Amino acid sequence: MVELVLFIVFGAIALAGALSMVLHPNPVHGALGLMATMLSIAVFYVVNSGHFIAAVQVVVYAGAVMTLFLFVIMLIGVDRHENLEESLPIQRPLAIAVGIAFLVLLGLIGGNAWITAPEAASPPNGTVENIADLLFTDWLLPFEVTTLLLIIASVGAVALAQYDPRPKE
Amino acid sequence: MNDWIDVLIVVIKVLVAFGIMMVATLLLIWAERKVLADMQNRIGPQRAGPFGLLQSLADGIKLFFKEPILPTRAEKTVFLLAPILALIPALLMFLVVPIGRPFFIGDREITLQAMDLNVGLLFVLAVSSMAVYAVVLAGWSSGSKYPLLGGVRATAQAISYEAALGLALVPVVIYEGTLSISELVEGQAGKAFGFPAWNIILLPSFVFFLVAAIAETNRAPFDLVEAENELVGGFHTEYSGLRFALFFLAEYINIFTMSALTATIFLGGWNGPTWDGSLPASITWIFPIVWFLLKTSAIVFVFFWVRATLPRLRYDQLMELGWKRLIPATLIWMILMAVAQAVDEFGLPWA
Repeated sequence: MVELVLFIVFGAIALAGALSMVLHPNPVHGALGLMATMLSIAVFYVVNSGHFIAAVQVVVYAGAVMTLFLFVIMLIGVDRHENLEESLPIQRPLAIAVGIAFLVLLGLIGGNAWITAPEAASPPNGTVENIADLLFTDWLLPFEVTTLLLIIASVGAVALAQYDPRPKE
Repeated sequence: MNDWIDVLIVVIKVLVAFGIMMVATLLLIWAERKVLADMQNRIGPQRAGPFGLLQSLADGIKLFFKEPILPTRAEKTVFLLAPILALIPALLMFLVVPIGRPFFIGDREITLQAMDLNVGLLFVLAVSSMAVYAVVLAGWSSGSKYPLLGGVRATAQAISYEAALGLALVPVVIYEGTLSISELVEGQAGKAFGFPAWNIILLPSFVFFLVAAIAETNRAPFDLVEAENELVGGFHTEYSGLRFALFFLAEYINIFTMSALTATIFLGGWNGPTWDGSLPASITWIFPIVWFLLKTSAIVFVFFWVRATLPRLRYDQLMELGWKRLIPATLIWMILMAVAQAVDEFGLPWA
């Protein structure tokens, strides 16, 4: 019962945040909307006893990533309102079509997957140990490959920052 | 029936924590002014109440009755929301700090900690990373230049020092093997080699954490977001009356909470001699709380001491200290600690 109420309330907040993120002309309000969405998702994790994932969600996404977004928005002209006039001819109808197709697909999948018996109750005091056990045994290779991806990204960023197109004298 | 009692206990704990934070704020502002005055050969507040103790209360009441000004160019909703956003993380963070030994009423164990989370340390990091939004949004929504500069500085500073704050805690987690704050305190009970078994033996972590904590609370010498000789008042230039008071309140609650956390993580929390055998139980319960408050006050004093001693960093110095010194140092220390723990647990690789 509590779970249902929380899901409805925070689901509505998450949707509203996502919509304002896309539709609001002011980038700072858009960033705030995205933050509301991310915090709502963290609440969903808590409701499902995923305390660890919820905390990580807040630290990484709502904390670090959104702060960086805000930093960039503030640096490159915070008073500029975004132009919402459409300049690309076919992208918007295409996006709507793909969106509808995605919803249909989701409905088809959901119709099957949602009707399952509830899993065994998760441990009462959170999931750190369970996640650590799985992450560092069965899923070690994908985990390490993901970190490799992040390292490549940061090395690429440094390379781009160091790159000087002018010829050496 | 039992459920209702549990809910009631939690509500009482939260209210008590709220009361502690309010009283602590009043005392902290007074203590800071007295300590700074002493270090600068002044007297400090002395007129309101004994030793000027009621000075901050008087200031608070004065701010309460002042006119709240809404600048015409301000982004209204966000401008009104920002002080509240500043207060929420400040109030939330203290709830995971255990202030004393658990006690029993009948069969029911009551911990002196509003919520004992399995991921307590991560919760602290998560909530403290939320605190920067209030500063940024206040700066941006004021619709004037100086607050905006303060807000931009706040984002960069928060990003840099949050990483150090989190990394400084990793060796503690490796050493203690838990993220729960109540288990951290239990792990520091008793003695090791004749000294209290506090995590202060992880001295580099303690130093890194304290530096990052001072930067996270935007205190001198890291108070670039409100640097008054460059930015007028920084992010709160356009705020007045009660809204300004809320920012002030949040800042001091953050100092208190960060000090309490440092004391809990590194100085053994409420651990200390309680003379359980020789004194009646009606007296001994107070000692853990006294130890906790004493340790917290010591760290709070360091906050004030640093403010009175060090000049404010320049912006490039701040970034250099964060990215080129603090974060590499925490990373190296973390790797050393991980290797030491692995050797301790599995033995040397060639053995």
